[in-house]
Amino acid sequence: MTDKFISIEGIARRYPGADGAATTIFENLWLSMGRGEFGCVIGHSGCGKTTVLNILAGLDEPSEGAVIVDGQAIEGTSLDRAVIFQSHALLPWRTVLGNVAYAVTSKWRNWDRAKVKAHAQTFIDLVGLTGSEHKRPSELSGGMKQRVGIARALSITPKIMLMDEPFSALDALTRGTLQDEVRRICLETGQTAFMITHDVDEAIYLADKIFLMTNGPGAVLAEIVENPLPKDRGRIDLHRHPLYYALRNHIVDFLVSRSKTFAADVTDHDPRNVPTVRIGKPELVVAAGSEDSTQASWPGLSRPSTSF
Amino acid sequence: MTFSLRFRAAVVSIALFAAFLGIWHLATRSTAATTTMTPEYAKLMGLTATQGKSAMPGPLDVGAKLWEHLKQPFYDKGPNDKGLGIQLGYSIGRVGLGYLLAVIVAIPLGFLIGMSPLISKAIDPFIQILKPISPLAWMPLALYTIKDSSISAIFVIFICSVWPMLLNTAFGVAAVRKEWINVARTLEVGTIRRAFTVILPAAAPTILTGMRISIGIAWLVIVAAEMLVGGTGIGYFVWNEWNNLSITNVIIAILLIGIVGMLLDQILARFTRMVTFPE
Repeated sequence: MTDKFISIEGIARRYPGADGAATTIFENLWLSMGRGEFGCVIGHSGCGKTTVLNILAGLDEPSEGAVIVDGQAIEGTSLDRAVIFQSHALLPWRTVLGNVAYAVTSKWRNWDRAKVKAHAQTFIDLVGLTGSEHKRPSELSGGMKQRVGIARALSITPKIMLMDEPFSALDALTRGTLQDEVRRICLETGQTAFMITHDVDEAIYLADKIFLMTNGPGAVLAEIVENPLPKDRGRIDLHRHPLYYALRNHIVDFLVSRSKTFAADVTDHDPRNVPTVRIGKPELVVAAGSEDSTQASWPGLSRPSTSF
Repeated sequence: MTFSLRFRAAVVSIALFAAFLGIWHLATRSTAATTTMTPEYAKLMGLTATQGKSAMPGPLDVGAKLWEHLKQPFYDKGPNDKGLGIQLGYSIGRVGLGYLLAVIVAIPLGFLIGMSPLISKAIDPFIQILKPISPLAWMPLALYTIKDSSISAIFVIFICSVWPMLLNTAFGVAAVRKEWINVARTLEVGTIRRAFTVILPAAAPTILTGMRISIGIAWLVIVAAEMLVGGTGIGYFVWNEWNNLSITNVIIAILLIGIVGMLLDQILARFTRMVTFPE
């Protein structure tokens, strides 16, 4: 990748342990993303995904290393990096419009009331909440609340959208609709987005790049999977794409078995040069070698190769 | 036909009240004359001796006296004979002043304690020791230093209403959800704006609960404080009427203290409802 819009450079996060020794959640983590890309991090609980996102957001600080966004090392939170929280985190004493307007006035402090309202309304319309502007969060369903969260994040026109399992608390149907919305908005606006998820299908549908993290403590970014599905993929025929199951199986395999044994299996893992997996493009790929010994004997399926 | 719960409760309330008045009336009514005596002597001895009337006034006596007070609540016939409205006004004024001072001190200080773990830990021992002190125990010290009984009463109100407000504010501020703070942080909202737009509304229900507890305590304490400092106020009135042996007036004062206390509580309850948000 030539254009490093987001570059996480060797960050570590340690917490002081009970016996004085620090517990390392992860260390020497390198990760980069280009402008307009949608990145998803998948890993088990406790691998430090949320910590990575909080560091990107500026809510947490790395014990070592730095994060560079758009050519500048980040320091604390910024209006350039909007966060969509898992728990939607709406201010319950404000209406839908009030919540979005709060973000708008935080970014443009000298805007007058009418301008703020018009701007907020645009984004409320964008997430399909027209007509609910004056409702309070307690009157909204979980999906609608998260829509407000998305509108609030988008309204400040951030450089990056950071999402911490934004749909995990929603039912499957609502989740699907919101994924469609997020995908549509990101494609339309060319938004750079970084999302944490547990949901393999969500990652496949939304992400351009999927970052696989091993189990913590001492979690590492094991590999980057490039999504081989076409950019204009739709929910309806996504699972019919010839590469869909190869991709899905690769990720599930990782989560089920390799995420636990990665550290023992791969001794020459270079965190600065994480292998990029390109499923279904064997011509671009150098054979990975010994790893293939765990190959399943499933007919018609071949384990995707890894390139270094 | 079924009536609403509210209506049925009202019927039971009225029935209980009527029963209470009836028993009260029967227990204190006059019986037949017990002794015969010369009219002059009987007049001197009063109804208690001549007709076996209880020294305790009945509901009718209290009602008649209350009506008399309500007809002219604001008369002023010298230091020991003022209308009940004036006496209550003095008490409410003192409570209001002391309470207002407590609000001015407790809420900013509570904010500080809630936001800073250092200040919280540093101030905690003082609060723990000062909080359980009976507000009236401060009275001699207040009288000695302030040298004015009326201001001393205000000080006592201040000291008794400051603690619940302080503790509730500190607790409410410290317990503001991390995610709301994080929202403000990611939006680069400055400390002052964050305090007013996120922490204050989030902690307001807890703060108002503390203020409601405080006004209740303040109204409890003012009666006792005025009994000590004397001069004016409903507490002084109660004690003065006790010295006059006018149990009727004492009962009326008790009734009014209850009603005013209820009203103060209801006002604060209404404010609390205004700032409470559903989640």
